Amino acid sequence: MARLNADNERIAHEIIGRYPRKKSALIPLLHLAQEQDGWVTDEAMSHIADLVEVTPAEVLGTCSFYEMFKRHPVGDYHVNICHGIACHLLGADELIHHAEETLGVKGGGTTDDGRFTVEGVECIAACTEAPCLQVNYRFANKVTTQDFDALIADIRSGARSDIPPHGTLAKTRQSIPEERAAGPALVEDAQEPAWLSRNGSDQ
Amino acid sequence: MSIPKITTARWDVEDGHTLAGYERTGGYSALKKALEMTPAEVHEEVKTASLLGRGGAGFPAGVKWGFCPPGVWPRYLVVNGDESEPGTYKDRIMLERDPHQLIEGCLLACYALGLSQCFLYVRGEMAHGQERVAAALNEAYEAGYVGKNILGTEVSVDVVLHWGAGAYIVGEETALIESLEGNRGMPRLKPPFFPAAIGLYGKPTIVNNVETLSNIPWIINNGGQAFADIGEAPSTGTRVFAVSGHVNNPGVFEVEFGTTTFRDLIMGEEYGGGIRNGGSLKAFIPGGASAPWFFEEHLDLPLEKGTVDRAGSMLGSGAIVVMDQTTDIVKACHNVVRFFSRESCGKCSPCREGTSWLEKILQRIIDGNGRRADLALLMDVCDNISPGIAWPPKQTTICPLGPSAVSPIASVIERFADEFDAYLGEPSTEQAVEVR
Ligand SMILES: Cc1cc2nc3c(=O)[nH]c(=O)nc-3n(C[C@H](O)[C@H](O)[C@H](O)COP(=O)(O)O)c2cc1C
Ligand code: SF4
Ligand code: FES
Repeated sequence: MARLNADNERIAHEIIGRYPRKKSALIPLLHLAQEQDGWVTDEAMSHIADLVEVTPAEVLGTCSFYEMFKRHPVGDYHVNICHGIACHLLGADELIHHAEETLGVKGGGTTDDGRFTVEGVECIAACTEAPCLQVNYRFANKVTTQDFDALIADIRSGARSDIPPHGTLAKTRQSIPEERAAGPALVEDAQEPAWLSRNGSDQ
Repeated sequence: MSIPKITTARWDVEDGHTLAGYERTGGYSALKKALEMTPAEVHEEVKTASLLGRGGAGFPAGVKWGFCPPGVWPRYLVVNGDESEPGTYKDRIMLERDPHQLIEGCLLACYALGLSQCFLYVRGEMAHGQERVAAALNEAYEAGYVGKNILGTEVSVDVVLHWGAGAYIVGEETALIESLEGNRGMPRLKPPFFPAAIGLYGKPTIVNNVETLSNIPWIINNGGQAFADIGEAPSTGTRVFAVSGHVNNPGVFEVEFGTTTFRDLIMGEEYGGGIRNGGSLKAFIPGGASAPWFFEEHLDLPLEKGTVDRAGSMLGSGAIVVMDQTTDIVKACHNVVRFFSRESCGKCSPCREGTSWLEKILQRIIDGNGRRADLALLMDVCDNISPGIAWPPKQTTICPLGPSAVSPIASVIERFADEFDAYLGEPSTEQAVEVR
């Protein structure tokens, strides 16, 4: 646990190389750290600071602004129940109450066995499917209390291997083949692109 | 005239998100066509289309594209895929079901304006959207549509998938740029009013919404005039609306912009299908949580930017949230205010302090601890955030998030005074305002 491992460090360099300024890679790299360890450790943050050449305090400054980054261990399954207005109108509060009762946690807490963290969250862009939730950022739509219980039971019994561990977002990464890359548009390289100047137009 | 599907045509195509499915249904033909045109001609088509931005503010894309200062390089494109305004659900579907259409739209913008690199910022929580975009980009690079020497020409542009980590305010375009620079996502002071002047890394930057850019391939294929012929100027083309809440058939619908009415969308059989359980309409939010609320008497207004603006609200992000007669208005109002209070970035005090007081006061009213003077106090705090509580709103804040928290309160406090009274109990003698 801690620093990015060798594989992830290689991915980190690839990501950094896409941006005109290294610091732009900060959020993707923090996600990479969270994917590796399930949460963002201090060691990972200082490793990332080295990689993008800023201070660890700057990394913490960015990290602490964003809700998805957890700076302490959380449950294997992070259950985010939407309590935005569309879901509120269709029973979100009751669903959250039910979830907290059945799992015995409150307000972002984690079950004793470390399996589940439950939290009410803002709109997750599935408003026509209210009430809805995400488990490790995978959607469940129009969730009744029975659906919720079934979902938890399925996860406990290992039937939901489609849901990745907490921290994993996209299962496919962008990869730019070296020979196909245009390369980052460096700030210092104040050149009008060739296809514009050829046409003698700047608008 | 039958209205074509412009942005949602591939939602029913099983493999529409793959390169094969996209090409089979006409994909990347606009790019090929554009590469035979001059960049200025491509820009001109978008101006002719009069395409209004679909992210919230509704500013004409073709006009905004003209704001890059001449001679300042490089220029960047940043795609706003942070969709998180409560009620809004369209960009995520476009990312998941038709990522190539968006990528093609980005390339057309880059070609037209000489934008040297594109960053496609997808909301952090949209894991599936991210993998669909990543897969689409990987295919598009392989096939030579993106990257170095696009389709064998001298046009070279990288499109880089970037993703956020949970913060509504990052949807504000200058906060989006801060976030993309690796910083806390706090809006920048204005002016400049458009990042086209000073944006990413201080360079000219065009920021456009996912849906806005997804329209560009159709515009280039069919011509700006064909787009402008649909709808009611200046609200041209089609728009995608999410209809949620207490309707029989909640869903996401592409309709003609400017002519379709709220009644069509909420009550129409092929759309919202009417109020659930045969109930009646109490209120609806016409354009996302930031928009002032509408009621029965607004149902026959067309979904046209100017008309809705003049009626005192906005179409915002295309999010219609419907409330039936069973809705507890005070709780619904509190819900929306709580959202803005929690999502305030904290950079300016009228918003940071004000939204949090609005939430607390509404909460104590709901808890039965409210006092009559709380109603005036709510309005006083609103006035500090948005002087005059007018529409369009004035603001004492750096960005429009603060004034957005005022909208729900100003919408309901008088109209539903009886519901507030029910929580407050019998009108009593004025009490001194004690704030704890
Ligand atoms: C608080 C706030 C949140 C916003 N969130 C979004 C968003 O999630 N997506 C979006 O496209 N625009 C959002 N906007 C609008 C953007 O600032 C910007 O106007 C838009 O991305 C420009 O693109 P367009 O002209 O294509 O609409 C938001 C604005 C504010 C003030
Ligand atoms: S209005 Fe609110 S969200 Fe906007 S800059 Fe000020 S504190 Fe931040
Ligand atoms: S309000 Fe719950 S998904 Fe939008």
